[in-house]
Amino acid sequence: MVRYFTRLRVRRIYKWGGRPYIFDRKLKSYGFEYLNMSVEGQEAVTTVTPGQYILIEGNDDEYPFVAKLLKLFGDESHKQKKALVQWFLRLSEVPQNKKLLLGRSPHPQEIFYYLGRACDDEINAESILGTVQHVPEDTPFPEPGTKDTLYVKLSWDTKAFNVLDPVLMQDTSASTPPKPALPLFTPCASPTATPVSRGPVHHALPTPDPTVMRRAGSVSDTRATMSAGKRSTLEAESIHSASKLSASKILSAKRRGSAADTPGVRKKLQLSPGKKMTRADVLCELLDEEMESEKVVSLKLSSSVSHSLQHGCSLSPMRSGCKTPNGQRRFPWKLTSISLDRLSPTALGEQDFSSTLQIECLDSYAFLSSQRPTTPSRRKESAMAIREPALGVLAEEDSEDSPMQPIALTPRSKRKSAQLVSLRIRKQLNLLDNTQELISDGDDDCFVPSKKELQSSSNEEKTDSEEETDSEEETVVKKTRGRNCKTSVRTPHKTPSKKVCMVTPSTPRCATPCIPSRTVPARQPGNILEEARARLHVSSVPESLPCREQEFQDIYNFVESKVMDGTGGCMYISGVPGTGKTATIHEVIRCLQHASDMDEIPTFRFIEINGMKMTDPHQAYVQILQKLTDQKVTADHAAALLEKRFSNPAPKKETTVLLVDELDLLWTRKQNVMYNLFDWPTRRHARLVVLTIANTMDLPERIMINRVASRLGLTRMSFQPYSFKQLQQIITSRLNKVKAFEEDALQLVSRKVAALSGDARRCLDICRRATEICEHSASHPSSAGLVKMSHVMEALDEMFSSSYITAIRCASLQEQLFLRAVIAEFRRLGLEEATFQQVFVQHRTLSRVEGLQPISLSEGLAVCQRLGACRLLLLEASRLDMLQRVRLNVSQDDVLYALKPVRD
Amino acid sequence: MDNIIRKYLIMTLFKYGYIFQVQMILRERFCHQRLPEKPVGMESQHKHLLELLRRTAVHGESNSVLIVGPRGSGKTMLLNCVLRELLEVKDVNKNVLPVHLNGLLQTDDRIALKEITRQLNLENVVGDKVFGSFAENLAFLLEALKKGDRSSSRPVLFILDEFDLFAHHKNQTLLYNLLDVSQSAQAPVAVIGLTCRLDVLELLEKRVKSRFSHRQIHLLSSLSFIQYLDNVRSQLSLPQDFPDTKFYDEWNDSIKTLCEDQLVVDVLQSHYNSSKDFRSLHLLLMLALSRVSASKPAIKPTDLLEASRVCMVDSKANILHGLSILELCLIIAMKHLNDIYEGEPFNFQMVHNEFKKFLQRKSHSIHNFDKPVVIKAFEHLQQLELIKSMDSSTAKIQKEYQLMKLLLDHSQIMEALQKYPQCPTDVKQWAMSAFG
Repeated sequence: MVRYFTRLRVRRIYKWGGRPYIFDRKLKSYGFEYLNMSVEGQEAVTTVTPGQYILIEGNDDEYPFVAKLLKLFGDESHKQKKALVQWFLRLSEVPQNKKLLLGRSPHPQEIFYYLGRACDDEINAESILGTVQHVPEDTPFPEPGTKDTLYVKLSWDTKAFNVLDPVLMQDTSASTPPKPALPLFTPCASPTATPVSRGPVHHALPTPDPTVMRRAGSVSDTRATMSAGKRSTLEAESIHSASKLSASKILSAKRRGSAADTPGVRKKLQLSPGKKMTRADVLCELLDEEMESEKVVSLKLSSSVSHSLQHGCSLSPMRSGCKTPNGQRRFPWKLTSISLDRLSPTALGEQDFSSTLQIECLDSYAFLSSQRPTTPSRRKESAMAIREPALGVLAEEDSEDSPMQPIALTPRSKRKSAQLVSLRIRKQLNLLDNTQELISDGDDDCFVPSKKELQSSSNEEKTDSEEETDSEEETVVKKTRGRNCKTSVRTPHKTPSKKVCMVTPSTPRCATPCIPSRTVPARQPGNILEEARARLHVSSVPESLPCREQEFQDIYNFVESKVMDGTGGCMYISGVPGTGKTATIHEVIRCLQHASDMDEIPTFRFIEINGMKMTDPHQAYVQILQKLTDQKVTADHAAALLEKRFSNPAPKKETTVLLVDELDLLWTRKQNVMYNLFDWPTRRHARLVVLTIANTMDLPERIMINRVASRLGLTRMSFQPYSFKQLQQIITSRLNKVKAFEEDALQLVSRKVAALSGDARRCLDICRRATEICEHSASHPSSAGLVKMSHVMEALDEMFSSSYITAIRCASLQEQLFLRAVIAEFRRLGLEEATFQQVFVQHRTLSRVEGLQPISLSEGLAVCQRLGACRLLLLEASRLDMLQRVRLNVSQDDVLYALKPVRD
Repeated sequence: MDNIIRKYLIMTLFKYGYIFQVQMILRERFCHQRLPEKPVGMESQHKHLLELLRRTAVHGESNSVLIVGPRGSGKTMLLNCVLRELLEVKDVNKNVLPVHLNGLLQTDDRIALKEITRQLNLENVVGDKVFGSFAENLAFLLEALKKGDRSSSRPVLFILDEFDLFAHHKNQTLLYNLLDVSQSAQAPVAVIGLTCRLDVLELLEKRVKSRFSHRQIHLLSSLSFIQYLDNVRSQLSLPQDFPDTKFYDEWNDSIKTLCEDQLVVDVLQSHYNSSKDFRSLHLLLMLALSRVSASKPAIKPTDLLEASRVCMVDSKANILHGLSILELCLIIAMKHLNDIYEGEPFNFQMVHNEFKKFLQRKSHSIHNFDKPVVIKAFEHLQQLELIKSMDSSTAKIQKEYQLMKLLLDHSQIMEALQKYPQCPTDVKQWAMSAFG
């Protein structure tokens, strides 16, 4: 079910909000205060303001990119919407080999402040999916159960994880455009954190107005859970007003809010459509001043709250209709739907069930996060957990946590909702407990949304004084505590069942298999010959790759240039087996990775697939996707996801280097696998470098249809078989001063191998065998000297000499006789083929000549079959009995030579 | 008198017991149920293989090797001896994971992968999950092997019996991957292939071949007849730990004299000429052994002769002895047709004509058979596979006109006629005559 929803596409509409201020006269770009996003056909509006943490559409539906919004700007025509962001990385975006640097297991909701320069800070504002919450870096991670929030503790500068400098975060927020703190006057900015304690204040702002709620729910917020928090605040806000005002008023307020470009929150609260604009501005200015006056903390608090509120703005139907499809985005419904599902039981038929999900005491979080940009938001966590299908346990926990979102009181059903709300709040707070110091008064710091609070919050808008809110909060807390306890009992039952349904669609996470480890450690090589043997094993990785310098350089330059430019390309590498193709590429990648560690080139990702290591060419998609994103999906789906990934622009994308080994096995009748592999690099946003390896030089011409060969391009390289000098050098460099071989012996091996195949593997194997022979020939293992010519000769004989002649010599007399009969019959017929019957007649005569008792036909057949099993003879199927045809698998000369009596 | 009888009875009872024990011991030997103490005639191969596997087990060095030898040459026996010896080493005992695969059982890579996973006990890692697709399975196993490294993971010995059959799997995926692991710094493995095909390397795809270390251990017995005889003696002799020394001495002495008997030497010589492998020898000895009883507590030369006759019997000639006169006549007619047309195929009508000619001209004893009866006899011959239809599409041609070939040699026919009980002389003469 979940999966199903992911694929739904939603069109999003983006609209600037706030008064444009001129940002750069030369470039004629305008800065904007916020951005309203809405989903077509839905009424809710999400507002994004600089300073907020946002989710940006990436190549992965499940894990969008995270960034902090610094600035919004556009050109005169308002057609282009741009945004300046500070990136954050998820662990999955950190290169695989660097993950270990973290030194601990990452929290699933953890993100990292990105210090690298490889990514473009400027993004298309229309790729923003929603906002997300954050928790300061000094808070411990919550229980695994908490979701929905992201946590920043460390920064990542492409080389190492560092402790995040709080100043960094402050700086980025300071650089936000002039009016970042606009929404100071959020109605519900109640959460009070005294600057001193700085501890997270937990705050629930539940204010559900049924209608609003419903809408919000239907909005099916984008990345859902992340934005949920915001939404909830928004709703809370609307509820506040609702509590005071009539339903109609609310509606109109909403409409106005959504329609106007002014910050929706404030407008709604005030409910005076006409004045909103001005008011807002005034407020903003006020805020600015205040900020400067060192009340930073409080300001931020409030501002963040307001963001979240704005976020939730619901779209009035009117608006959605008239809005032009500016920024249409698809967007996955999955999350929302999930959360809705989950919540619906708790809502118990109340119409405002959707609201439950959205209502959260976000403001406290938002406030926290604004203080320290590094805090992850819980909502996100939950969202992630939901998505992570395999983690059934997590999901369950999630479900329990989900109620933490405070439910707002609907006018109609105050009691139920109130209970729910309190319950949720309590949960939320419990979470916070784990991580943070609680409110100074030692209370549970449970905030139950009550009418009082609502009122207070609405009051706040006007008063804008921290102290007041503080006090109010506290009172609220005390009042509500009692209730929470009762309600808590209810929730657990409901949640698990929902979880189950969410978990099922997921593919089970595969256990990581491994070969059991040995009880006794492997023995290290004891003497020189053993040492040499270990070094000569093909599996040992040499320090350098001699004799492939030119090829190395070419590939290196190719890949490096592509990585530097952020473009893509294909390369085809051919060569007979054992000429170091794969090894060279691995070496190139090692060097490049080193370079990127040294910051000389941008980071990139290396993925390797092997045509021989998959059961079917289409598995290539699955393997690529799995290595890119750790997802496990079917081939078709993987192809679709990869297609999307490589064709859609994604701002933070790093170059992917894909090595396709044994390319010829990816051949299919339609060649679509190869086509795709070579087509992706040509896409503008793909940033994909494909290196392909196969054995034959003319593979593109031989097996590829034109459109595939054309995409592969002409960047080709051929690895020649090693010459004897190169082979010698390879062995010498591998041995690396271990003196185990005579010089002549080495030369003999390398000349012999070079003459036959130029396969380095063969060469190494022969050398290894020679050391064994040397060791055995010595009377005592330790007394074995250097490997001499004779040993090498013996090894060569073993490996290269054909065993046919020995086999014939060792065959029994009748078998030898039969072979002779075969040749005699061939000579008689003048053909290279005879039936068994004919040969058998010859066999009889021959055995009479030899003075042997002629054998019976059955026995003759048995002899023939034995020779056939060894493949000295090639036989037809044995059901033909006497009529089966017989051919020699060895040349007649060899047979005659082998049959010549050797005794004398 | 009673006493004597009782004594005699006790003696026979004891003898029964000993004979029974002898048969137990020797049968175990001949049926390959117990590994010999030491493989005979393959000392260097044994040393090579043992050394190789020991290095894998102790040093974690990956290796690949092929044991090549004709059927019955002792490949599996050698390997099992080596494994037994290897597992006796203390260090190695708990450190290796042998995986036995057989090309005749694991007929494709999918089954082979499942079997490997099962034998490596990796399935418990997978949990209750039903085994996934082939692709998942492969990825799973490769990941498992990749996770290991030379020094820390247990070496895995992959023993591939009938190695050549694995080379016929699609893309040789399994072989490629196993050999690739053996050539890369992953979990240490030893890939041991057993095959009787000398050209097995030519079956490997070039990439697979390059990854194979090209070590081949050939088991080609260069046993001389003297050694062969020695071997027969030692195979028939009782082990030293036989409970009754008197019987032990008696038996071994009788075996010694047996092996010096000229008749026995001749029989063994002809056997040796035909095949040197021990499996056929064991078959022969087994037949001889089965004639030993309490009343005849030793193998006699005639037993061996009889056994060899059973072993070497011509099965088709035996069938001929059981044919009816009519069928035999048809066979003779076919022989004549073969002579006339130089081995070209014939059909029923031709045979029937030939037969009728014989009846008209030469026969005195055989009456005329109706055609349906002759057809019936002809079909019976076909069922016995003494004649074989040459047409691939038999359906369309009438039975009488289907082309056939005789699957008998002239010598077989003549021999059968000689031995045929009460064969009419005119039939015999007809068979001897040159043309019809």
